[in-house]
Amino acid sequence: MKSPMLAILTALLSGLLFGLGLLFSGLANPAKVLAFLDLAGLWDISLALVMAGGISISMIAFTIARKRSASYLGLPVQIPSNRQIDRPLIMGAALFGIGWGLAGICPGPAVVLLGAGSLQGVIFLVAMLIGMGLFEVVYARR
Amino acid sequence: MMIDWQHFTPVSALLGGALIGIAASILILCNGRIAGISGIIGGLIKATLAERIWRIAFIVGLISAALIWQLFTALPEITISTSSGLLILSGLIVGFGTRLGSGCTSGHGICGISRLSLRSIVATLTFMLTGFATVYVMRHLLSLST
Repeated sequence: MKSPMLAILTALLSGLLFGLGLLFSGLANPAKVLAFLDLAGLWDISLALVMAGGISISMIAFTIARKRSASYLGLPVQIPSNRQIDRPLIMGAALFGIGWGLAGICPGPAVVLLGAGSLQGVIFLVAMLIGMGLFEVVYARR
Repeated sequence: MMIDWQHFTPVSALLGGALIGIAASILILCNGRIAGISGIIGGLIKATLAERIWRIAFIVGLISAALIWQLFTALPEITISTSSGLLILSGLIVGFGTRLGSGCTSGHGICGISRLSLRSIVATLTFMLTGFATVYVMRHLLSLST
């Protein structure tokens, strides 16, 4: 690794830009997320464009990254190699969608809401962390 | 289906999305890691010390976003009208589900689709579908305001 300190800074910067993007795009506003998920109501399609904007940029980065074994900072490029469409993937994604549809909050915005000082966001975040802990207890340690 | 043009915010959505894309690009090109929030947080539990440091740095950045935003201007609208009980249930399901399914909107939806991973495309279609279905059931079948 070229510089461990630099790697901490790039991770910090990435998290910060990610959070600013969530706030700017409207994805950190649960009411707007629910309006996007409400096909039968007045449908706010804005959030489809968040994905389009994000994917169009990171697609370039992943094309570059995939050809390299080490990152610009000399760290190993760790791209998931699992290609199986299995039960945990489908069950997990289905559950996540249900939870997302209940409150309009996914993991990134949950953390951003903490920074925004939203008490309801904190309630969700704590429950989410417990849910992640439950997974470790039920699945990862069997 | 009626599109809500009044609340349609294409510019901020695209630019915000681009910022998220830049963030994911920095993490994969500099740190060699996928910007999947559920994975970054969930991975903290078993990670070694060196593995924990970049994860914590990323999360600190994510938390700081709203704080830094407020140094310059007022935060954009954030409305949560979901009851506390439902927030807790929703959080538990999101936490468990994202770990079981190895990702969420960021890891599968942005990063996974960017590298054309079939797993991520299937996961994204699945959570979009159950997300749409859940809102339909809550708002239109049960007439609950969430």
